[in-house]
Formats: sequence, structure tokens, C-alpha cells
Amino acid sequence: MSAVAATLAETVAATVARYGGDPHYVLQMLREIQEACDWIPPEAIDLLQQELGLPRTKIEGVAGFYAFLYTRPRGRYRVLFSDNITDRMLGNMELIEHMCEQLWVERGKTSEDGLVSIDTASCTGMCDQGPALLVNNYAITRLTRARVDAICELIRKKVALADWPQEFFRVDDQLRRKDVLLASEQAPGDALTAALARGAQAMILELKASNLRGRGGAGFSTGQKWQACREAQGGAHYVVCNADEGEPGTFKDRVLLTAQADLVFEGMTLCAFAVGARKGMLYLRGEYRYLLERLNAILERRRRCNLLGGSILGRDGFDFDIEIHLGAGAYVCGEESALIESLEGKRGTPRNRPPFPVTCGYLGEPTVVNNVETFAASCLVAQRGGAWYAGIGTGASAGTKILSVCGDCARPGLYEYPFGVRVREVLEDCGATGVQAVQVSGPSGVCLAAAEFDRRIAFEDVPTAGAFMVFDHSRDMFEVARNFVHFFAHESCGFCTPCRVGTSLLRNLMDKLKNGHGSLYDFAEIEKLNRILQSMSHCGLGHTACNPVLDTIAKFRPAYERRLQHKEFKPAFNLDWALEPARQMTGRDDSGAHFTAGAEEGG
Amino acid sequence: MSASFVLDGKPVAFAAGQTIIQAALAAGVYIPHLCFHPEFKPHGSCKLCTVEVDGRQTAACTTLAQAGMTVQSDTPALNDERLTLIEMLFVEGNHFCPSCEKSGACKLQATAYDLGMMSAHFDHFFPNRPVDASHPDVLLDFNRCILCSLCVRASRDVDRKNAFALSGRGIRTHLIVNAKSGRLADTDVTLQDKAVQVCPVGVFLRKDQGFTVPIGKRVFDLKPVSAYVDASDAIGKD
Repeated sequence: MSAVAATLAETVAATVARYGGDPHYVLQMLREIQEACDWIPPEAIDLLQQELGLPRTKIEGVAGFYAFLYTRPRGRYRVLFSDNITDRMLGNMELIEHMCEQLWVERGKTSEDGLVSIDTASCTGMCDQGPALLVNNYAITRLTRARVDAICELIRKKVALADWPQEFFRVDDQLRRKDVLLASEQAPGDALTAALARGAQAMILELKASNLRGRGGAGFSTGQKWQACREAQGGAHYVVCNADEGEPGTFKDRVLLTAQADLVFEGMTLCAFAVGARKGMLYLRGEYRYLLERLNAILERRRRCNLLGGSILGRDGFDFDIEIHLGAGAYVCGEESALIESLEGKRGTPRNRPPFPVTCGYLGEPTVVNNVETFAASCLVAQRGGAWYAGIGTGASAGTKILSVCGDCARPGLYEYPFGVRVREVLEDCGATGVQAVQVSGPSGVCLAAAEFDRRIAFEDVPTAGAFMVFDHSRDMFEVARNFVHFFAHESCGFCTPCRVGTSLLRNLMDKLKNGHGSLYDFAEIEKLNRILQSMSHCGLGHTACNPVLDTIAKFRPAYERRLQHKEFKPAFNLDWALEPARQMTGRDDSGAHFTAGAEEGG
Repeated sequence: MSASFVLDGKPVAFAAGQTIIQAALAAGVYIPHLCFHPEFKPHGSCKLCTVEVDGRQTAACTTLAQAGMTVQSDTPALNDERLTLIEMLFVEGNHFCPSCEKSGACKLQATAYDLGMMSAHFDHFFPNRPVDASHPDVLLDFNRCILCSLCVRASRDVDRKNAFALSGRGIRTHLIVNAKSGRLADTDVTLQDKAVQVCPVGVFLRKDQGFTVPIGKRVFDLKPVSAYVDASDAIGKD
């Protein structure tokens, strides 16, 4: 065996051993192997196959699903520019082009010497301090041309990532408005002590009385969910925290896991007490890789304080622990059943529902899946009671909501308000002027025009998972929608026909409009695709993929009409563009290499 | 007495645990489908069997039949949406019916005819999907794959070989085979495998014979797919 092969064998063996040889952890193993090898070589899959007894097809199927896993060699430095619309507004496209020029590499490709690859990724959750990028899955914020130049220099000199200036990796919390949750000074164990004194069933009753609803967007009653899971029969019960916040423009979970991580873990422990679970998992999106060590340190401290582990706080039989799973670049895993599939080491494809996770979740057992913010809020309910919590917010939406504000405003960051706050008030607080539109709850949410700024953030009016992106009058709302449509096409899991093909068709149509070939015919086509996506898709991703287009057509029609330059249908095909590959191959760009005969209309 | 629900205005009896499409097929009522096969666990991915249950659209292959439910299936609106799904499948892959050995015995083609498809409507994607001719008996033509996963399920559940899987994501989702080389020749797949026989389109082609049943006399040349109610048995024969 060669030295390289021996090293690989050791790496794989150590990784497999770390996860007890359990094939359900294959995604975590693949991720770790890539961290060590910069990609996942076929020989690593050979070894995994032997060690885990999994068919190769299964391992390759998983590796091929996640955007951050590579089964072909990539650069030693893998740079991914966040490509949310807010990154675009901050000039990320010029920066990526600049970096590609500096390092002599084509976007999406790996440099000849295997040193670097540069590409884009969906929103990395740094919108309040963008433009941002990931290098080998570690976040770098506040990109400027100077910072990009410095990064290029570090890459050229092959400086190890650990020796890059720490300032590059600084991620600020930017807590702009605190309310009961962000301002909570609860000490670790306070909520648990209160819950233990009260008893498990009484804890759930308190939650029901609080009217706490899921903060991931759907708004299901947390008390009811815990009750249903408690009552569900199973060999084991599980608690899962969904920290896969992939919705572009959302970054509240990142901050909660920095500023109030104890509340999140304590909420999971409360849930375990209430439903009788012994194991909990926090699914952290791969973009937040940098948080892993800190979160593990907090878990370790909580174990030392007897807030996790055996006989928690001295209560016999109350055994519970939490482990962290990292995602690897798949928005769809934010859907709870896809997240469970991913936790089981599979492709993140949403399951057929029913059955729902509360009866048939992780490994087919009863499982509570809640959002980061929901678990944190449950601690407040445990300590201060349901009635107190229900008194905050509105009748149908109890408590507070954390908004992650970004885009055209003076003070981007986190804002916590009691439910019922008007959009206008948020805009005033964040210092937004000349606002044209606000995209609430990300691309899958709703786009509000100025006439709607008196609407309220609440389940009964404008529900949200947290994203709040502001666009002033200088922004082109068609381009906003086009960015979101590209996002959905990139993130479709590919399971069902309407979403797999429909999101790509929609993307192509929006690009056709952008390229000046649009007609009323294409408009009708877009509406037809939207209908199919909404009615036939397998999960929420497909159902909502048309929202940004439908909303912007309804509210910003002139932005589209500017693009409909033709009365009659025009094909998307263009002779001159079709010559582009030939021009690239021959290195020509003279007039003879262009099709200009009679200056074809719209050409 | 068994329970029943109403499908397109007519009562359909069902046994506990049956899905809408299972009950419908048993009663001799056709609901368009591609990824569904009576012998395998429902998958629910092609969405062609989408029906309207009490006003809400859902896949008939994954929704359990319930007493008293009202199901709409053969309506102009639903068939119109199904037609769009078929058009999507046509532009996603490379389907050249006139030169395809499976023409006349292909469920995709037959369903397209049945739903009145006249053209693929959308711009073709023309994906680059090389064929795999490495195996002595079986040619794999990925150009025709509609990602229904039937071969995946057959190889896993019947052949016990896990010879196939889906990899990639989104529009780049594709079929892979269980070999480091990625070639079918390096797997334990044989002509007798259920996985090789279950394909509703023309991904799996037998190498040493062709056109044994002439075009014009194939299963769907004789009668349309809807007349078979479930054509799963018929397509294996040609």
C-alpha cells in the first residue's frame, strides 16, 4: 500500500470509528473525509463500503446530493461566494470576477494546479455583513476588493486556513433590538429546574397555555406537537432541533446559537423531559461549520453541570444527550422530513406525509422537530409560565419574533419584536428610507409593496420564519425575483417531476425575459408553470417556488413589462449566442466571429 | 361489506390500507401513472397520478383511500396538468421515439398519446447523457430515464443487489450503477433481474435481439395505455 493510500485508510477508519461504525452517520463521515482530503476520492468510498456494509450506490447517491460534497477533485481552497440577492446588491458579482481574474481560474472550475476552485453558493446566512463567501466551508464576511486581493495572496502563497487573519472570519451578532428572548438572562438550568418541579405533563400544559407556535414558519402549536409525540408509541423518542436555516435572508438561528445557545440546548432538554426522549440532535447547516467547536464546548459544559447526560439535575431516569449533525449545502433539508432523512445519512428528499414525524420520525420513531427559536422560547415558558407568555404579542400569535433584517437599510441585524409589529415600524427602526419593497420570510415568503407596510408580522397577517429583506427604489424587482427563481432551481431536490423540471423551466423563462426575448406568450407560460408547481409539487419547496414571481408580477408589473419587448413569440435561441462556444474555443472575438447579418431584431 | 369512496362520480370499494390508485386499479379504473407499479412500494415522484381529493390535489399512489372521500381524476383540468408533466419529462431527457426500440411498448410515449400530446411544447434541455454499452447483455440508455426509481426499488427489494440508485440533485439527478467504474459490466446485474425488466421507458435494452415484435403490433399499438388500466404486465412482454 502506498503512503497516500495508507493515510486515506487511516483517515476513513478513524472517521468510521468516531461514529461507532453506524451507517446512519455516513453523511457526517463523508463530510469529515472531505475536510481531510479536500474531496471524496473513490477509494474512500471503497473503504466506507467495506467498513459500513453499505452498497456503493447508496454512498454515492448521498455524496452526489449535497452541494458541498465533491466526488471529483476540487481545489485545496474551495471558495464559494454567497449569492443571495443582498450579496448581489453589495457587489459580489464584481468581486467573484475579480478573484477569478486574479487567480486565473474559471468560475465553477478547478485551477490547473488543483490549488483553488471558485463558485457561487446559495445564501450563506451572512446577509447583514456581506458580501460573504465560504472557504472550505468557513465563512468570511465583509468582502471588499482589498479583502479579496488579500485572500488571493494567501491562496497563492498556500497559507493554511488556520493562519489567515482572524479578522476575516469575524461574524458579528448585530443585536439591534432585544425583547424577552434575546434579552433573557436565564441561567443554565433555570428552566429545567422549573420544569422538573412542575412535571412533564404539566410542562406541556404550560406550553399549550402559552400558545407558543413553531417559529420555522408553519406555526404549528408547540404544546400540541410535544403532546402528540409524548403519546405516540415507539421504541424510543427523539428530539431534533432544526438549525438548517437556508431560507435566503435568514440568519437569526446563527445569532441565537451564538448569543443564546444555552437556551436552545435547554429547550431541547425540556422537550426530552416532556416527551421521554434520551437522544437529541441539532442539525446545523453546513454554512455554520465555524460554530461546531463552540457548540460542542457548550454541550460539554452542560454535561459537566449535569444538565445533560445521566440523571439530569439528579432526577433518576432522566437521561438525555445532544449531538450535532452538520448539513452539507441543501436548502431542502430545512423541510422536517427531509432533515430527518439527512440525519439518517440519506439523500435529503422529503418523505411522503402522513405519517408525520411526531409518530414516525427519526428511524421511524416518534420525533419532535422544532426550530431553534422555538426551543429557546420554550425555556421562557418553562420559567415564567404559559399565561405570562401568552400575554405577549397578539391573540393568535403569542410571544415575540426575531427578524433578521438586511438589504437597503442603515442598521441591518437582528430585531426582536412582540408579534403584531407593523412592517413600517421595523423599517423605521432599521433606518430604511425610500423603500420600494420588503421580502418577508425569504423567497418562499411574501413580497410586500409600500401600500402594505401597515400590515403586521403575525401568523394571522404576515407570517414569517424571520427573513426581512429591504429593497429601495433603485432596485429592479424583476432581478430580485430572477435571483430567487435561480435559487429554487438550484435547491430543488429533484425527486418530483413538477419541481425538478418546472423550476428549471421557470429559470430559463426568466433568463429569456432578461435577455430581451420576452413576449406576452412567455408571461402566460410563467403563469402556467406557477400553477403546476403550486398544485402538483411534492413539498413546500415546489409549492412556494413560484411565490416571488407571482408576487412581483402582481405588485411590480412594470418591471416585467419593460422586458416584454415583443408582441409576438420570440424563441430563446439566438444565433449570435450560439456561436459563443466557438468563439471561446478559437479565442476570437472579432466581427467575423459574430452573427450580425442585418442586425437580427432583438439579437 | 367493504368501505367505498367516490371516484369521478362512481363508487369504488377498497380494503383497509389500500391507496387510491390501488383501489382504482382493482376496480378497473385507470389513473395515469409512471412511477407506480403494483408490486413495489409507492414512490410518489412522477406526480402523474395526482387526483383531487375533497378539493385538494394529492398523489393517488401515496394517499390512503378513506371511506366517503370524493376523488376527481378524469377531469379536463387534471389531464391538462398531467399533460404538462409529460411534456416536462420529454424535454428533460432525450426521447427520440421514431428510432427507439421501445416505441409502442413505452409507457411514457403511450401516456403522452393518451393525454393528447402533440409536441413537447417547452424548449428541450438536450442533456448530455452517454450510454453504457459495457454489459454483454444489457444496454443502458440514460437518455430516456425519467427517474421513476422502479429499477432502484426492484434491484433493492426483489433482486437484493442494490445495483441502481439516484445521485445528483435537482435537474442534475441521474441514475448510477453499483460499480466503482460506474459501468454496468462491473456489476452483478443479469438479464433475469427484475430491475432490468421493470423499466417503463427504454433505459434497459436487451442487446442480442431487436424489433422481435414489429412496430405497429406492440402493446400500445394495439390499444391505448388507459385501456390496460395497469399496463405493468403488458410492457414486459415486448
